[in-house]
Amino acid sequence: MREGLEVTDAKAQNVGAMDALIAKYVGVQGGLMRALLALQEADGYIDASALPKLAAAFNLTKAEVKGVISFYDDFARAPKGEHVLRLCQAEACQAVGARELTQHACERADVAMGDTRMDGRITIEPVYCLGLCANGPAAMVDGKLKAAVGEADIDALLDAWEHEA
Amino acid sequence: MTRIFIPLDSVAVALGADEVAEKLKAQDGVEVVRNGSRGMLWLEPLVEVETAKGRIAYGPVTGADVGSLLAAGFLEGADHALCLGLTEEIDFLKKQERLTFARCGVTDPLCLKDYKAHGDLSGLRKALALEPQDIAEEVMTSGLRGRGGAAFPAGIKWKTVLGATATQKYIVCNADEGDSGTFADRMIMEGDPYLLIEGMIIAGLGTGASKGFVYLRSEYPVAKAVFSEALENAYADGLLGDNILGSGKAFDLELFMGAGAYICGEETSLLDSLEGKRGQVRAKPPLPALEGLNGKPTLVHNVISLCAVPTILAEGGAFYKDYGMGRSTGTMPFQLAGNIKHGGLVEKAFGVSLRELVEGFGGGTRSGRAIKTAQVGGPLGAYIPPALMDTPMDYESFAKIGAGVGHGGIVLYDDTADMAAQAKYAFDFCAHESCGKCTPCRIGAVRGSEVMAKVIAGTDVHGNLELIDDLCEVMTDGSLCAMGGMTPIPVMSAIKHFPDDFLKGDKE
Ligand SMILES: Cc1cc2nc3c(=O)[nH]c(=O)nc-3n(C[C@H](O)[C@H](O)[C@H](O)COP(=O)(O)O)c2cc1C
Ligand code: SF4
Ligand code: FES
Repeated sequence: MREGLEVTDAKAQNVGAMDALIAKYVGVQGGLMRALLALQEADGYIDASALPKLAAAFNLTKAEVKGVISFYDDFARAPKGEHVLRLCQAEACQAVGARELTQHACERADVAMGDTRMDGRITIEPVYCLGLCANGPAAMVDGKLKAAVGEADIDALLDAWEHEA
Repeated sequence: MTRIFIPLDSVAVALGADEVAEKLKAQDGVEVVRNGSRGMLWLEPLVEVETAKGRIAYGPVTGADVGSLLAAGFLEGADHALCLGLTEEIDFLKKQERLTFARCGVTDPLCLKDYKAHGDLSGLRKALALEPQDIAEEVMTSGLRGRGGAAFPAGIKWKTVLGATATQKYIVCNADEGDSGTFADRMIMEGDPYLLIEGMIIAGLGTGASKGFVYLRSEYPVAKAVFSEALENAYADGLLGDNILGSGKAFDLELFMGAGAYICGEETSLLDSLEGKRGQVRAKPPLPALEGLNGKPTLVHNVISLCAVPTILAEGGAFYKDYGMGRSTGTMPFQLAGNIKHGGLVEKAFGVSLRELVEGFGGGTRSGRAIKTAQVGGPLGAYIPPALMDTPMDYESFAKIGAGVGHGGIVLYDDTADMAAQAKYAFDFCAHESCGKCTPCRIGAVRGSEVMAKVIAGTDVHGNLELIDDLCEVMTDGSLCAMGGMTPIPVMSAIKHFPDDFLKGDKE
């Protein structure tokens, strides 16, 4: 695989590049979805300041834009933790202990499923299948796929996150 | 130079294949090829060494094993505790009938030269020489039915789109693969992406569509990266674009990412999403084949349906039809998942029994405990008890036992599974994923979960199970799409086959 395949629009809102980013998707197929995906990827969430810009660019009401954002699990309306642990909750992973693993992870990290810890360090989220169903329990750790995840892996991961500077 | 194959497949990567690749790349005289997976997923990362005798497999290999493998002389194919012998001789693989997955794991998935060396794009070349009607007819002859779940005859859909007159028609590939226990779409997009591209171009030629989209779920980052690069290469090579292989015919193809909504696998919801909207299900008619994307005639197919097309064109519809039984023609990539010893992908002609798959190929449960059930066909599929596992895997036989083949996913459970919890989950999943358009699904799923919680708690178990029965009838009959309409299948099959799990809380 070649690296740097996709030019991402890093930190769209921070560098004030939001307008340019949104403009790129006007007039293309499914433009609003693409703009939202790009914003989510750049910032880790969809900032409220994007709503009026998106509405104007795609000739929609702000409510319509909100409706699209709220429909999809991937679009967050607030920043997530510095680290994001997504644990598969679907059947094939349930069959190999995903429920117990999830409970263990949440207790150990001291955060409820779907939440970000008060200190903003860790988010644990559900995900419904990563296509690793023959090798569960499956997880995505800061965007990286992990298979056959056990409690010891979770402990090691959380320890590493707690102890980094 | 010794060629070593280390899969770039998600499973291999999720189990440390990148580290193995880095270590082996650092060796002198070694050429590392990142191939697709052979589908023996319990052996991943499965590393293969090319020798004069053939490719020799080692697995599962982690970074920590590299030193001892090198010391044992595995670059010459020497024996080692992890050595599995010649890859092609491994029973799990040898007993398969691979048409669609014939190249997966064999070739370098991103090398077009390699792709051409294995099949020479002969399906596409044949299609380029045919009239659209003849292409659609070939698909009709094959008996191919949609592999996304609904199993609708593909040829009829092709002819409908071909017969429609419009300024623009589209091919849309459904790569939303949201069903738990399925990963065939992912594996082929990672392991043989040009096959899907070839299939989509042929579909364009056979229906008069000049533009295609692949709608891929966001949970598949590796498939996204591999397929994006394959698209670039295909354009650079002239396989895609204005002049396909110098024929003067055109086909454009784009990748479109989803954003984590299971319902977007339903084709009309997918089309709305592809138009940048909420993924609301549309009422049918109009059929997408007549009014689909942007209101234009659109052929929507699952990845595996489209990937069967190059074989059908290259070998002929009659060849494909020779596989399978009755009206279930061709092969199906079954996916063995969950609590299974030998999980992975098994491509077989329709008609292989469920037992042969889970016990013969799968080796039973991973835990070593007794099998309790297999859920076949994703979250909307039935829970099947061991007593029914001799049922042949084909559309008709499965319909007879109140089940479906779906996208071919099989999730195995051992005897620790609690079917009341699984039934509740079916409602919870439906509540979470419902698009909200119709009441039986939107409200029914929430009520179903609440009532099931009471059953589990032992509150008026019989009365509440009756309520569930009524509710399921309403959802089955009154839902606009199969999300609400088929959620009763896992629920009712669990109650029917495993009543004890529902009665155990009963205090009366
Ligand atoms: C809730 C729901 C989810 C679905 N998910 C998928 C999916 O992930 N992939 C897929 O190919 N088809 C899925 N389908 C089936 C599609 O609606 C459609 O039948 C299919 O894409 C047509 O392609 P085929 O004829 O090749 O099967 C789903 C249907 C429903 C009701
Ligand atoms: S059944 Fe559910 S998912 Fe399907 S249209 Fe109705 S509300 Fe939407
Ligand atoms: S069910 Fe967990 S990865 Fe598919």
